[in-house]
Amino acid sequence: MNFKVSKHIDLNQQASWCPGCGHGIICRIITDAADKLGVGDRIVTVDDVACGQFGQYAMDYNSIMGAHGRVVATAAGVKRARPDALLIARPGDGSAYSIGIESTISCAMRNENILTIVINNSVFGMTGGQMSPATLYGMKTSTSPFGRTAERNGSMMDITKLLGQSDMAYLARCSVDSIANINKTQKCIEKALQKQMNGEGFCLIEILSPCPTNWKMTPAQSMEFIRNTQSKALPLGEFIDRGGKEA
Amino acid sequence: MAKVILDMSRCKGCFLCASVCPKEVLTPSKELSSKGFGLIHLNEDKECIGCGACYKVCPDYCIEIIDEKA
Repeated sequence: MNFKVSKHIDLNQQASWCPGCGHGIICRIITDAADKLGVGDRIVTVDDVACGQFGQYAMDYNSIMGAHGRVVATAAGVKRARPDALLIARPGDGSAYSIGIESTISCAMRNENILTIVINNSVFGMTGGQMSPATLYGMKTSTSPFGRTAERNGSMMDITKLLGQSDMAYLARCSVDSIANINKTQKCIEKALQKQMNGEGFCLIEILSPCPTNWKMTPAQSMEFIRNTQSKALPLGEFIDRGGKEA
Repeated sequence: MAKVILDMSRCKGCFLCASVCPKEVLTPSKELSSKGFGLIHLNEDKECIGCGACYKVCPDYCIEIIDEKA
């Protein structure tokens, strides 16, 4: 089998992510998933202000850079104006769960017909690795130098617990720590794009992604960290999968 | 036998490809790119089985695989 990057990956320029960043892997998965469904020309991405914004330099799709934390709401607005487009909002965990949690929950409650891919690396990556709502207990960050504790910093955000009982169409957590999980992530994105084409409603896929720079690990060690620690605290799987539109 | 095509100008030296390659076709080298990143080394003597693991894990789209059987 031949493996060649999609025509929707822009090879004329290079996104300035750190070496080993999961964002690049996830952009490749998105383009391959869209190509497999044959809908690459209909994709519109809404990128967040943070490391995710470099996706504009990696993927050759029509894209909008939303205000920080409001990318999910922006994507919902674009979808209402252009129902033929396939919307992918790509916030990080700091954006979707902290600054923009109201957009995420409100769009899920309204069951907006968009796909949100939350890239969860458990820190605010671009601003220097501060603690985010999805930072694991005991994890040392620049604003929790002794490790996060529930007493001092509050509970850790698990979006599947928050939205697990809602009426949204699809909720899954994936990872890019191994080839098997990368393949599963692509399958989940294909499924969610298909649901969007069927008009089923709000799909959210959280992808556990490495941040070697702020985790202060090598890229291979950060993949081990996802496998052994992060995915134990935030289990992978499909949590909501409603088949078809409910009356 | 599959053939790995590397675009060294894009490589940032994360060596994730080396960590997933089952046949040690790709290994870290001590060379540095013009940007100062470490570079990956392609071992021509090892046989690539064309599994695509390196292509799937590369965050900088440096790798293409052409399988002569396909």
